[in-house]
Amino acid sequence: MEATSSLVQRFKQFARRGSGGSDHPRRTADERLPLPDAPPIDIAPDDPIIAYFQRASGAVDIDQISIDSPAIEHLRAAGVKLVVPLVSQGELIGMLNLGARLSEQEYSADDRRLLDSLASHAAPAVRVAQLVRQQQAEARERESIAQELRIAHLIQQTLLPKQLPDLPGWHISAYYQPARAVGGDFYDFIELPDGKIGLVVGDASSKGVPAALVMATTRTMLRASAQRLVEPGIVLERTNEVLCADIPRNMFVTCLYAVLDPTSGHIQYANAGHNLPYLRTASGVVEMRATGWPLGLMPGMTYEEKQIIVSPGDNVLLYSDGLVEAHDPQGDMFGSNRLTALMHDVASASTLIDRMLTHLTLFTGPDHEQEDDITLVALERSAAVWQHAPDTLGAGGEDADTMTPTSSRSPSGGDHRLLLEFSLPSVTGNERIAMERVAAAVGDLGIPSATVERIKTAVAETTMNAIEHGNDNREELPVSIRVVLSAGDLVICIVDQGGNEPIPEPTTPDLEAKLAGLQSPRGWGLFLIKSMVDEMRVAGDATHHAVELIFRLNENEGSGASVSG
Amino acid sequence: MHQFQAEVRHRDGVAVIDLLGDVNAEAEQALDAATREAEAYNPNTILLNFTNVGYINSTGIALIVGILARARRERRSVAACGLSEHYQEIFTITRLSDFMRMFPDEESALAEQPAV
Repeated sequence: MEATSSLVQRFKQFARRGSGGSDHPRRTADERLPLPDAPPIDIAPDDPIIAYFQRASGAVDIDQISIDSPAIEHLRAAGVKLVVPLVSQGELIGMLNLGARLSEQEYSADDRRLLDSLASHAAPAVRVAQLVRQQQAEARERESIAQELRIAHLIQQTLLPKQLPDLPGWHISAYYQPARAVGGDFYDFIELPDGKIGLVVGDASSKGVPAALVMATTRTMLRASAQRLVEPGIVLERTNEVLCADIPRNMFVTCLYAVLDPTSGHIQYANAGHNLPYLRTASGVVEMRATGWPLGLMPGMTYEEKQIIVSPGDNVLLYSDGLVEAHDPQGDMFGSNRLTALMHDVASASTLIDRMLTHLTLFTGPDHEQEDDITLVALERSAAVWQHAPDTLGAGGEDADTMTPTSSRSPSGGDHRLLLEFSLPSVTGNERIAMERVAAAVGDLGIPSATVERIKTAVAETTMNAIEHGNDNREELPVSIRVVLSAGDLVICIVDQGGNEPIPEPTTPDLEAKLAGLQSPRGWGLFLIKSMVDEMRVAGDATHHAVELIFRLNENEGSGASVSG
Repeated sequence: MHQFQAEVRHRDGVAVIDLLGDVNAEAEQALDAATREAEAYNPNTILLNFTNVGYINSTGIALIVGILARARRERRSVAACGLSEHYQEIFTITRLSDFMRMFPDEESALAEQPAV
């Protein structure tokens, strides 16, 4: 008898996997290590030969098989005389196929025992090789999915705004966090004629690359329409018409499109089935309703247009369903009621988004896997720059109050208690007057003395900067100061006439360097201001700086502060 | 508003500078003169007495940084007394308190001798 090794080399060998439970029932032999001259033989999953070989107790003589099997015919045609099934854990995972012996004698009992022994050793090894190959294929598939997600992320990130609009008198914040599966959220800011800004928040249905591509298409169409058309409803209408022709079946896009006039605070908007934005004024939070079907569902749609005025101190929040439809561990939704409740007592656009995200995390729990993209865009019209700064005052002395402490209403109807409004000429030393007047104006509020001292220092330093840097010590230029009590916040706004020079960001002075003579001992003003206040905002236009000093009086209630009146 | 004044006294090897008025840009000349007068006696410590100071602004902080820088070059210590709670807070925020000890009053400062 010939040695086993020569048998294996001499005869054609096919390692094949049986059909039982396989995800890949019809693989060709040339995927499975055939010898170079081995013809591939397919075995159909329902071929009875598979069950026959699985039950066989050893090498099988092909000529003695009488079942009706296409594979048997193929094997006979290929010159196979003897098949040694490779069975592992009851499953046919391959076969050793042998042709006629060179001696043209029949295979002996010894040959068959040797082949059976070889098969019993080869079967587990072949099985291991198959599993390794299967795992490699699965890994390649996972990598392919991951690569698709990376592409989807890339598409989204590439098309999202690189920077926020810088609008004097406005504070705009945005937050975008894609879910792991990548949804189709997007937001956009579009520069329009006359200094207006288009605001877009949208959500393409589906996930992954298809959603990202639809999002990209919608964004492009919206941008093109927005540049040519004025009314938001018409922009959505036109976008819908174009999108309907191109969008895959069963996909659609919800979208809120608004046009903001930063000068007047006027917002005109239309909504294609997107979550309703909210406007927060001093008198409450209201939904910005406008009806319209999502984009891409059907042509011929029209979109209702609405408008609002955003007054100084008001906030607007645009968002996607990833926020309100997030679930807690019990399956309850975050919901719009929770969102509006949170909006009621926020002070600024920047803290609005932080507040939403903090409460979302508390709601969903630390181990929560984000279900959908989350997009938030918040606008705030700063209360810092009021429209009609007091006129230039006479030089040399303190001007009379332009308004006595009284209760006033903002243009939007919200209550703001104006405590004091006055102007001073830009004369060194007037900062002390400003400080004392503001301290007197807040004297009846029951503010703790330590807080009053911080207010005084912040007002004096800000006024001094306004006199020296903003107004360049030109005494004919006024520094205007307004003190407002609003929703538990004391807001002190100090305006100078130096809008052409930006106010630098406060930094912490390097005291060691100053003591070593390496830096000027000066440079403490902005740092002191920042250290005294709860929040410092800087706004302005081409001719004014406005610094807003904010003291959150309610947050100090636990330490004895309170607000009366 | 008072014209700023700075008077120098010497007690137990300590030069006490009594400050009166607002410590701001207008105090620079008087403060500089008082510091030089105090240094003339080569004291180990200069004690700035803020008991009669009601207002210190950022320029005043810069003047104090200047006094401290010069004293450190001449290996003298500088201490402060009589600061209100608010200005103690500001000295802490600005980290001036890392380089000059703060005492409630002159007596407690001198009692710490020779520590001051």
